[in-house]
Amino acid sequence: MALSDVVCLGFCYQSLATLPVLLFTLLVFAGSFAAGLLGALTGLGGGVVLVPLLTIVFHVDIRYAIGASLISVIATSSGAAAAYVREGFSNVRIGMFLEIATTIGAIFGAFLATRTPTRALAIIFGLVLLYSAWLSWRQTRCKEHLAEGSRWSDRLQLSGTYPDGHGGKQSYRVDRIAGGFATMFGAGTLSGLLGIGSGAVKVLAMDQIMRIPFKVSTTTSNFMIGVTAAASAGIYLHRGYVEPGLAFPVMLGVLAGSLLGAKVLVRAKVSLLRGIFTVVILALGVEMILNGLIGRM
Amino acid sequence: MGHRPALSDERMEYIMGRLLQAGVLLASVVVLTGGILFVWSHFGKVADYRNFSGAPAELRSISGLLHLLRIGDATAIVQIGVLLLIATPIARVVFAVVGFALEQNKLYVVVSLTVLAVLMISLFGFA
Repeated sequence: MALSDVVCLGFCYQSLATLPVLLFTLLVFAGSFAAGLLGALTGLGGGVVLVPLLTIVFHVDIRYAIGASLISVIATSSGAAAAYVREGFSNVRIGMFLEIATTIGAIFGAFLATRTPTRALAIIFGLVLLYSAWLSWRQTRCKEHLAEGSRWSDRLQLSGTYPDGHGGKQSYRVDRIAGGFATMFGAGTLSGLLGIGSGAVKVLAMDQIMRIPFKVSTTTSNFMIGVTAAASAGIYLHRGYVEPGLAFPVMLGVLAGSLLGAKVLVRAKVSLLRGIFTVVILALGVEMILNGLIGRM
Repeated sequence: MGHRPALSDERMEYIMGRLLQAGVLLASVVVLTGGILFVWSHFGKVADYRNFSGAPAELRSISGLLHLLRIGDATAIVQIGVLLLIATPIARVVFAVVGFALEQNKLYVVVSLTVLAVLMISLFGFA
């Protein structure tokens, strides 16, 4: 029995590949909605399960899947922007500065995507899923220590402040800018190659490497995701990766799901959900790698 | 006329957030319209994306898109919505260039222009 049979509880069979347009659209919308909802609730992002969902369950070619996924990534990033801005954590200068790296990386990644065999894409995707599952597993965050910051932090005007919750402002500086910049290039490449937001890598670069406060990292990362994805979207469009009939239920589904997820986030019990989602990501990752290895992609 | 205070980063980000939200809303309405028309016009047909042949060539160029729009093609409407969506983060960067110019922050005018240039290369450099 293949893992996909377990994942979709036995109700996905080969004929899901050739459904009437209306039914296909509704099912893809429902699946994308669930991906967006879970992605927002767990903070892991919907894009990472979307491509496996489309390829494993709906038997969509991985190139159409990453095309549709990338479009939905732009939608969720821009759709959530207003809510993030209100909180006052995001740093527009850090975001813009690092977007130089992510956008160049994204073009490089999209370029790579058009020359990488689909089997290899599936395996790389699977590895990213396993990494996401692992990151989610060891979520126990170590205590935040503010960086002293390099002198370039002030020179490049990257130092900033955020609300400390008591009506005051906490100032911070940025460390290891070159390392963060290089990691951002990698995040952009991954985004362009796989059609995902790669928010986890962006947060890693800011929070772990540049020692930017976590809340500033996550909100700034959300802004960067949209701009990064826009950089590879042009190339995807030229290469015909964006198939309107598939992209529209995916984009609308993920957007609706993630907006709802962001709304109920405060009331939801996230830890159990996160555990389940981690297992799903793990299973999908193994399945993607196996599919890539036996050439079913 | 009183002296207008320089645009602050916070104010700039707030406007950016609103801008993005409006862009996504507009794009979603267009995509939804095209999508409903698409399902309507393909009713009874089978959805099959198993084999990659690439989206039709006409959907990949502006002239082809405009031609399809004139004959009321549903996929072209969806594609216009997708282009609007891609335009929202780009509009944000354009706004940042203007915002930093108003703040008279030369360094970040250059940074934003660099990001904008990379985006333009991606959109128009590989046609």
